[in-house]
Amino acid sequence: MAELTYRDAVAAGIAQEMARDESVVFLGEDVAAAGGVFKATVGLLEQFGPKRVRDCPISEQAILGAAMGAAMTGLKPIAEIMFSDFLAVCWDIVANEIAKTRYMTNGQIALPLVIRTANGAGSRFGAQHSQSVENWAMAVPGIKVVAPAFPADVKGLLAAAVRDPDPVLFFEQKSLYPMKGEVPDGEHVDELGKARVLRQGKDCTIVALAAMVHRSLDAAEILEKEHGISCTVVDVRSLVPLDTRTILSEIAKTGRLVTVEENPRLCGWGAEIASIAADECFWDLDGPILRITTPHLPLPSADQLEDATVPSVERIVRELSEKID
Amino acid sequence: MDTSVKRKKSAEPEIDIGRETRLELYRQQLELRYCEKRAYDLFLQNLIKGTSHLSLGQEAIAAGFGVAMRPDDWTFCTYRGHAHTLARGASMEGVLGELMGRECGLLGGKGGSMHLTDVEHGAMGSYAIIGAHLPVAAGAAWSAQYRGTEQVAVCFFGDGTTNIGAFHEALNFSVVWKLPVVFVCENNLYMEYTPIHTVTAVEHPAADRAGAYGLEKVVVDGNDADEVYKTATKYITRARRGGGPALIEAMTYRHSGHSRADPAKYRPEGELEKWLERDPINFYRNRLLKLGIAEATLKDMEASAMAKVDKATETAKASPVPSLDAIEKNVWADGGAAWRN
Repeated sequence: MAELTYRDAVAAGIAQEMARDESVVFLGEDVAAAGGVFKATVGLLEQFGPKRVRDCPISEQAILGAAMGAAMTGLKPIAEIMFSDFLAVCWDIVANEIAKTRYMTNGQIALPLVIRTANGAGSRFGAQHSQSVENWAMAVPGIKVVAPAFPADVKGLLAAAVRDPDPVLFFEQKSLYPMKGEVPDGEHVDELGKARVLRQGKDCTIVALAAMVHRSLDAAEILEKEHGISCTVVDVRSLVPLDTRTILSEIAKTGRLVTVEENPRLCGWGAEIASIAADECFWDLDGPILRITTPHLPLPSADQLEDATVPSVERIVRELSEKID
Repeated sequence: MDTSVKRKKSAEPEIDIGRETRLELYRQQLELRYCEKRAYDLFLQNLIKGTSHLSLGQEAIAAGFGVAMRPDDWTFCTYRGHAHTLARGASMEGVLGELMGRECGLLGGKGGSMHLTDVEHGAMGSYAIIGAHLPVAAGAAWSAQYRGTEQVAVCFFGDGTTNIGAFHEALNFSVVWKLPVVFVCENNLYMEYTPIHTVTAVEHPAADRAGAYGLEKVVVDGNDADEVYKTATKYITRARRGGGPALIEAMTYRHSGHSRADPAKYRPEGELEKWLERDPINFYRNRLLKLGIAEATLKDMEASAMAKVDKATETAKASPVPSLDAIEKNVWADGGAAWRN
């Protein structure tokens, strides 16, 4: 096991796949010579050369359109959209073209591509560079949606995404880039559509994603010590496909469900999980489902305001201890 | 407005078209015309639902490029894409069947008129969001360049597309990466219901923008299949040899409205009649006669084309509607639609 940062795990995952398969290419803005604005792709240009690692103009439609055209004709592109907020300027390519083309062509066109993007708060960039948009992606049929919380998952799920025959939107949480963690040596490939149980408890099941996984784990420690509430924590990892089997089974064990979501309230991913739980394990529930989310508002930029808006460890502890007995 | 096409003397040698190619261009145009007319008739019979955007009057462009392309080149076209898809060799019953929502349709009834695709024949999709397919065509061209296959992507779009961002992103991107892609603007003078000149800063919506991307200004008579074929051959060959992209503006006119719902009452009196005099098929027929092709040969071709359309129509009509099982198929590569376990 080597200790890597979340950002180094990105480069390691891309490098592993590019070394394995000549058809894997990588493109984006400032990704090659500059190594990415988050320094998550440093060294790839040097290792694989300018034919395979390509800087692009600020043209998100062209970047994703090119990735799509290349994917349907034999390449396996990894395209970077620098901030997930910018998906809005190329959402046509994501939601109308990439997501629908296999279906509309009745399977004639395959799009094995990955869109990587930096998602979420923590950097005080304000409402157009810090929002969490994983729920936008989850709402579109035809695209897989992955959001890792740990360096090992970054590498393993990125590799799985590259090898997947379907398009994958891969959300990297930008506040996690400096985080260190153990990553298996040698080739590391994970599996899409598998949630992971990180902590087993008796009283409550917390289901979380990306940065919220770490806050939920910290909150669970405090809840155990200070409030005597024992929590299971499930890292969803993949919104599409969704591992409902693991999630429902963990809810059934504790009888309570809490989702911790960074996306804004309305139609957040946790609403779907709450709906599934209400449909399919209602009789296992001992009380109301609790959703802890960013409120339904654009994200403010000042550090105190941002911290008070996105679910914090303190807020998770407070809400959960008030509502779960 | 002036709809004439100014031709410049070219320093390059004339491409010799030859009898066989000319007959192929005529055959293509006939089939595209008759099939499109049949689509219109089937609409009136309520056998085709939804919308449809016909290429009547614009056939010379699809035919000229279709004949000039190598079988492994790629076509990307718009929702007005029946002709471009057929011109690559897609089956006519597959096209009519798709329009009619039948099992024999190219897409099994899941795409419809605006999304005709036939990958086997290099027809890489019809895209119904204006401009979206220009960067996609650039991406296919990138793949050809990367793999060294000397394939070329040809991307057709209307004059209205030149005012959307993706057009400009794709052009800049393709030039910077020197991609083997030929962009073809079919300027039929109207963006949907609006005269293009009333909403565009320049006279030639595509060609006058070419200079902004370091590209040559190319305007061609889109109702003359020979001219289209020669222009297509020149720029496709150049792209194939690594010369980079081209942007071609083909002047033409659609004989019908924008879509099924549009009676095209916004056109000034006499305009349609003027363009009907320049109908690409009559025009080409007269040229072939002048070149010494026998009237009987042309009549035979016309009868064959009509027979092909009739046969395709009957095959499509006889095809069952798609099985409801198709709804949950092919969202994913595993053939299914599951988003959870």
